[in-house]
Amino acid sequence: MSTVLSFFNYWVVVALMMIGFYCVIARGNMIKKIMGLNLFQTSVFILFVTSGKVTGGSTPILREGVELYSNPLPHVIVLTAIVVGVAITAVGLALAVRIQEAYGTIEDDHLGDDDDDERLALEARQRR
Amino acid sequence: MLPQISLAGIVLIPFLGAVAIALAAGRARLRNIFCWASSIIFLLAVLGQVAPFLEGETSRQVAWQLLPELTIAFQLEPLGLVFLLLSSSLWLLATPYAIGYMAHGGYTNLSRFFACYAIALGAAAGIALADNLLTMFVFYEILSVSTYPLVAHTGTSKARRGARVYLALLLMTSICFWLPAMIWVWASTGSIDFAAGGILEGQVSPAVAGWMLVLFMFGTGKAALMPFHRWLPAAMVAPTPVSALLHAVAVVKAGVFVVLKLALYVFGIDFLREIPLTDFVLYVAAFTMLAASLIAMHQDNLKARLAYSTVSQLSYIVVGAMLATQVAAIGGGMHMVMHGYGKITLFFCAGAIYLASKKTLVSELDGLGRRMPFTMGAFLLGALCVIGIPPLGGLWSKWHLVTGAFDAGHGIVLVAFLVSTLLNIAYLLPPVLRAFLKPLPAGESSSIKEAPWLCVVPLTLTAAGAIALFFFAGIPYGLMEAVFE
Amino acid sequence: MNIVDLMPFSVLVPLIASAVVAMLPGRTLPWALTFLATLISAVIAALVLPAATDVTLSYPFGNWPPPIGIEYRVDAANAFVALLVSGMATLALLWAPISVNREVPKRQGPFYALFLLALSGLLGITLTGDAFNVFVFLEISSLATYALVAYGSDRRALLAAFRYLIMGTIGATFLLIGIAFLYMMTGTLNMADMAERLPEVRDTRSVRAALAFIIVGLGLKLALLPLHLWLPNAYAYAPNFVTIFLAGTATKVALYVMLRFIFTVFAPDYSFVVLPLATVLMVLAVAGMFAGSWVAMFQVHLKRMLAYSSVAQVGYMVLGVSLVTAAGLTAAFLHLFNHALIKTALFMAIGTVMYQTGSAKIDDLRGLGRQMPWTMTAFALAGLSIIGVPTTAGFISKWYLILAAVESGAWWLVGLIVLTSMMAVVYVWRVIEAAWMTERPANLPMVREAPLGLLVPTWILVALNFYFGLDTRLTVGAASAAAEVMLGSGVSGVNP
Repeated sequence: MSTVLSFFNYWVVVALMMIGFYCVIARGNMIKKIMGLNLFQTSVFILFVTSGKVTGGSTPILREGVELYSNPLPHVIVLTAIVVGVAITAVGLALAVRIQEAYGTIEDDHLGDDDDDERLALEARQRR
Repeated sequence: MLPQISLAGIVLIPFLGAVAIALAAGRARLRNIFCWASSIIFLLAVLGQVAPFLEGETSRQVAWQLLPELTIAFQLEPLGLVFLLLSSSLWLLATPYAIGYMAHGGYTNLSRFFACYAIALGAAAGIALADNLLTMFVFYEILSVSTYPLVAHTGTSKARRGARVYLALLLMTSICFWLPAMIWVWASTGSIDFAAGGILEGQVSPAVAGWMLVLFMFGTGKAALMPFHRWLPAAMVAPTPVSALLHAVAVVKAGVFVVLKLALYVFGIDFLREIPLTDFVLYVAAFTMLAASLIAMHQDNLKARLAYSTVSQLSYIVVGAMLATQVAAIGGGMHMVMHGYGKITLFFCAGAIYLASKKTLVSELDGLGRRMPFTMGAFLLGALCVIGIPPLGGLWSKWHLVTGAFDAGHGIVLVAFLVSTLLNIAYLLPPVLRAFLKPLPAGESSSIKEAPWLCVVPLTLTAAGAIALFFFAGIPYGLMEAVFE
Repeated sequence: MNIVDLMPFSVLVPLIASAVVAMLPGRTLPWALTFLATLISAVIAALVLPAATDVTLSYPFGNWPPPIGIEYRVDAANAFVALLVSGMATLALLWAPISVNREVPKRQGPFYALFLLALSGLLGITLTGDAFNVFVFLEISSLATYALVAYGSDRRALLAAFRYLIMGTIGATFLLIGIAFLYMMTGTLNMADMAERLPEVRDTRSVRAALAFIIVGLGLKLALLPLHLWLPNAYAYAPNFVTIFLAGTATKVALYVMLRFIFTVFAPDYSFVVLPLATVLMVLAVAGMFAGSWVAMFQVHLKRMLAYSSVAQVGYMVLGVSLVTAAGLTAAFLHLFNHALIKTALFMAIGTVMYQTGSAKIDDLRGLGRQMPWTMTAFALAGLSIIGVPTTAGFISKWYLILAAVESGAWWLVGLIVLTSMMAVVYVWRVIEAAWMTERPANLPMVREAPLGLLVPTWILVALNFYFGLDTRLTVGAASAAAEVMLGSGVSGVNP
């Protein structure tokens, strides 16, 4: 029991990671894929933040009477990583929008399998 | 007195010639001048080396530092000089033939053709003068690649298929076997320089050297040991000047030259005798000798018959190297020259016959002797030279090879030589006999006459050369003997 | 100005220039500024390389001393890679303007800005000495690359970009997990510092997991065999300029980071003796060599063919690494450099063909040798280099690779290397045969030789292939110095 509780954060990390990973792999819908990716990344952020916790340590702000601080560095790192994650989400969504425009769907089941040069040229002519 | 130019310069001449020829694209006269000029200058440059060399001057030249401790270097030694003299003299004779043949045969893209032709000769010169394995490998590969366009020249699907087999086999054997073998030698001895008497003795055990030998011998695809001989018949789709100069002289002789050079300058014949796998290679070569002769007998296509004959004759030389006696090695070196003159004559004749009559099959040759007396006469002489009948040069090389086999105590090889010579007679003489003894078939147009003089004169000259070699066999013999001094 | 102080500008100049370029109107101006920035970056890298050969250069950001602050730490290995990346980018840009005008007709500012971002990201990965910084720069370059791929002219580029994004992000996140574990165990993000602290904790499961995550994450970026799925489509459908740039740089940088982690951070005796990494890498490398070459032989679309060939070539590099000898690593670094030259030249030639004919299918190339002789000759010569014909750069790589395998006594590897080289002969020869030995079918349009603006850069690359096949002092010297650095010898102190 104590193992389960003392590693609670890690269990959450693993669970989130697997859920996210499963989403990315198993879902055909591109938005869901991106959501899965977000979950996956978030789990890593939690892992990072967890590593900064020092048992008995207080918030890392310099003040009287406190000797032991938690490590602030992981939070800073995770902040950067979150920004990266947001950027990826933005690019991914933008691509999904463009794919919706080009293919009329964002279900990635065998999308584009029947694309070949002739067909694309034909469609381009029809559009014109 | 001819001026002596540097060894790298000699190798460079054909390459510069190729550039000039390529730049002269579209101007036939200028291109022909360049063809002539490069072959003449090349021959003069080679001859310029002879006198100083006979006076005992040795020149070694490091042309380029490719990798640390690995150089592109050239050195003139007797065996290389034999090969150089052979290829440069035959290039000069083949030039008018090629010009005449390609012009009358209605071929196009001649600048590409003659440029590649010259590059091939330059690569052969590079192989002849190579002072280490790396240099040899570099020029060997240049030779393979530069002859591909020549084989595929006509661009028909048959030509492309043939050229594909050609290139695939030559590149495959050299990259898969030769290159690892060379790196193995480098890794285990720290040297890849050629040295008289070999560099491997004392450095590696005979068992290891045996595997190196096998890799090298099968890696030298140009020597056409079975089962890697298929490229040579496949290359016969090329126009005849290519088959004549390259696939009877430059390319295949480069192959056997490599074999001889490896045997004498990397392994050394004394060490070669200790290697258990030498006999294996020897028997493969002896088998190739017989099997190719048997196949040649059943070829109705004249060029294919000559190609298999070449496969067989190349193995004579490999056998000469693998017998690992001095006499046999000398015989092998001499056979390079003798067979070169004999076989190029035969191919010239085959080409002249095709040009004059569009005939490619042995069975179509009936009665042609009276229409084309010079061509068929030269064919007879070439055939006799390859078979080894006096008064033609082929006698001497076979003489030494057989003596070598006797000295080495290889009875089976001795028998193989004799049987193979009988087979030579059986497949080389029938074309001549048909041409001279049978009448022209009824209904045959009587308009056939000799091919253009540009083609006939060279083949007469090479045939004369084959006779001359009977009387002047001392020259190649002396050079080959110098290898062992 | 001290060379050490100049170092970070190699990354900063393209980064800052990208913001400016994004706003520039028209076509010429963005390209010109991009070229200038890239050139400056390359010149700095060229200046750093000789200085970094003997000593390790360190630039602390904001003057915070290293384990606390972030540092750029440059030795023979990454100086070599940085020069390669910025140099190839400069050459690719020379080729770019004509082709980009066709593929990105309007608003080229953002396009070139993305290119600069990708470049500065790659250079950042190369130069930094901080593990988390590696991740950030990796994502900067990757994000820019996803967008660049999506610029491709038909809609398949979008799908390729999206799939690349998904896989690339998973890879980067794996790397982040690995770094997180390392940070948890050592309390530092500075790679040199990490290397010092790791031995104490190295027998823990976390550190082993860290290595595994990092290898998988970087393996994705590197396109090591089972993780290569993104590469063929991304290369095939991206704009030609982007393909050229990526082929010469992206996988190379990924390989460098992988080596940095395996050798510098974890130390070879941990990665290879305690853990069976050598076996894993060797198996994957061989599988990649084979599968990549095999699939390449049957590709109809030549950009895809070259992309699969890249998968195979990555296999060669990793194979050199997996031998864990100085010779093997030298071979890996050499091939890293030479393959960049080869593939860039090949993609430029195919890009030029696409520019003129609008197609990169092998059937549409029939008889093109007569109509575009310069382009196709360039392809053929670069093709000889990838086969490894002597006098080309490819031969030098192959020589060292085989030598390394022979020295390790791995005969079966020698056999595999030469066998896959033969496969390269097949896929290169298909093209040469189609271009020269076939008549142009009547239904295909007649085309003319490409403009000089495309031909000249292509031929520069081809010439470089032969130059570095003949004069190997620079490449072999730098590669063996890099290998020594990785194996932990030959470094003497920081900043003279």
